[in-house]
Amino acid sequence: MAEAFYQRDVYGQTLVELGKLNKDIIVLDADLSTSTRTGIFAKAFPERFFNFGVAEQNMMASAAGLASCGKTVFASTFAIFATGRAWDQVRNTVCYNNFNIKIVATHAGISVGPDGSSHQAVEDIALMRVIPNMNIIVPCDGPQTREAIIAAANTNGPFYVRLGRPKVPTIENKGEFKLGKAQILSEGTDVTIIACGIMVLEAVIAAGNLLKKGIKARVINMHTIRPLDKETILKAAKETGGIIVCEEHTVVGGLASSVDEVVAENHPTKVLRVGIKNRFGQSGDPAELLKEYNLSAGDIEKVALNCIGGACR
Amino acid sequence: MHPKDTKIQELENKAKQIRRLIVQMLAKAGSGHPGGSLSSTDLIAALYFSVLRYKSSDPHWAERDRFHMSKGHCCPLWYAALAEAGYFPKDQLMTLRQLGSVLQGHPDRRVPGVEVASGSLGQGLSVALGMSLAAKVDKKDYRVYVLLGDGEIQEGNIWEAAMAAAHYKCDNICALLDYNGFQIDGRTCDIMNLEPITAKWQAFGWHTIDIDGHNMQEILSAYEEAAKTKLKPTIIIAHTVKGKGVSFMENVCDFHGRAPNKEELEKALKELE
Repeated sequence: MAEAFYQRDVYGQTLVELGKLNKDIIVLDADLSTSTRTGIFAKAFPERFFNFGVAEQNMMASAAGLASCGKTVFASTFAIFATGRAWDQVRNTVCYNNFNIKIVATHAGISVGPDGSSHQAVEDIALMRVIPNMNIIVPCDGPQTREAIIAAANTNGPFYVRLGRPKVPTIENKGEFKLGKAQILSEGTDVTIIACGIMVLEAVIAAGNLLKKGIKARVINMHTIRPLDKETILKAAKETGGIIVCEEHTVVGGLASSVDEVVAENHPTKVLRVGIKNRFGQSGDPAELLKEYNLSAGDIEKVALNCIGGACR
Repeated sequence: MHPKDTKIQELENKAKQIRRLIVQMLAKAGSGHPGGSLSSTDLIAALYFSVLRYKSSDPHWAERDRFHMSKGHCCPLWYAALAEAGYFPKDQLMTLRQLGSVLQGHPDRRVPGVEVASGSLGQGLSVALGMSLAAKVDKKDYRVYVLLGDGEIQEGNIWEAAMAAAHYKCDNICALLDYNGFQIDGRTCDIMNLEPITAKWQAFGWHTIDIDGHNMQEILSAYEEAAKTKLKPTIIIAHTVKGKGVSFMENVCDFHGRAPNKEELEKALKELE
């Protein structure tokens, strides 16, 4: 079994690493610095950390004030509050100004677990994806979280980086991380499975099971949702028997919609969606929830078999 | 004449000139917000021509004081003040609200002198807070001024920022509240009462200064008092008249968001001679 990490641990450690190199890095949080792990940075650089209390709107708009003075600002809270509660601030004051603000949100998706629906952001990618200038990264594991944070810090403009709550096993042999360039985790032409975040692991497991049945699936880790790697999507549309998109997010407006838009305009292809379908989340263990919402490796395998069996024709 | 009186006379003339530009720009554009622009004019004229530290030839000069207009719909006032201060040529003002112009209907960073866009109300005090915190981190002595509308402070985000600015002892912030008593739908006391307004800001930990927002002497004294106030942010609660300077616009709700027509422009300019 591969090593497992909390993405937010990696986030906090990477912030310290960046803080040592760049004195213009400022970190903000809204009373969740223990959970988001920005507290690690706060301890190392107390003069460059500001806690806003339970006031996400103020945090986002203040981030803009700091950025206007040349700061690279990391603003963190749970995904539901970062993207929902403060959406207008993110649209009008972060993105319209194209500021160097990196919104790194943790506790995304239903894998938040027992806290239930009010704390499970399943529409955050959609909310961020409709705003011009916004870049979006959904890293799949610990090491990729570090790469995503460094890329966000070193690339001008606003970013949304989506992290989860649970510990996630590391995906081996992903190759180099490049912003906006998908990673092909396995080659195949029978079917393509595109995934992001914790769904990459489920996709890899599903592909392993499919291989045992003689089916070769191309597994793509679409860690960057914006800018989207259209080339890799279209190549898969042309070369494989169909596309399955897996995300721990509503099937509306997120990764699946992104893929749909690319193929519909350029190379109409059947796209089957593994995601949350018109439901709110609920309390439960992350693993139980993945099954309840049909997001497990077994569910992906089933959809892939349907695809090959005729649903993608 | 006493030198102080000369200075006040000069600022009053500046304010009159800015008011003339405001009504001209709005008439040319055919839409926009005269009421709140005219009520804040004296505050902003005093700020740009007697208080603020800046170099209009170098808008990004690191030591500059910051100004942010949180009530972005009053940007005709800001644009006119910036043009008067030399940030860009005055003839550009007549492109307000036209396709392709940097002088958007609400402030945009492409305008020299505009630090952060605004328009969606309630966020500017947070922007000022961010600028204030940046000064603390960088150990710089610039001050941060922010203009708030009275209707605007009904937004919850304002009070989040008010709490935080006091918490972080942002004594480099001076907020200006244009208390003209009107918002789009009517009088603030009828739509959503703001009183007791001074007590509210004091309860949030702010130093408050209530003034007649059209009295230059009081305005200048308030800026001086704010600059001397330590460990607390200051808010100047400026009691003003919506549409000030143009008799038929004064306290007329309709002129919150309606531009003068040609006839009204001529009448207004005559009053502002």
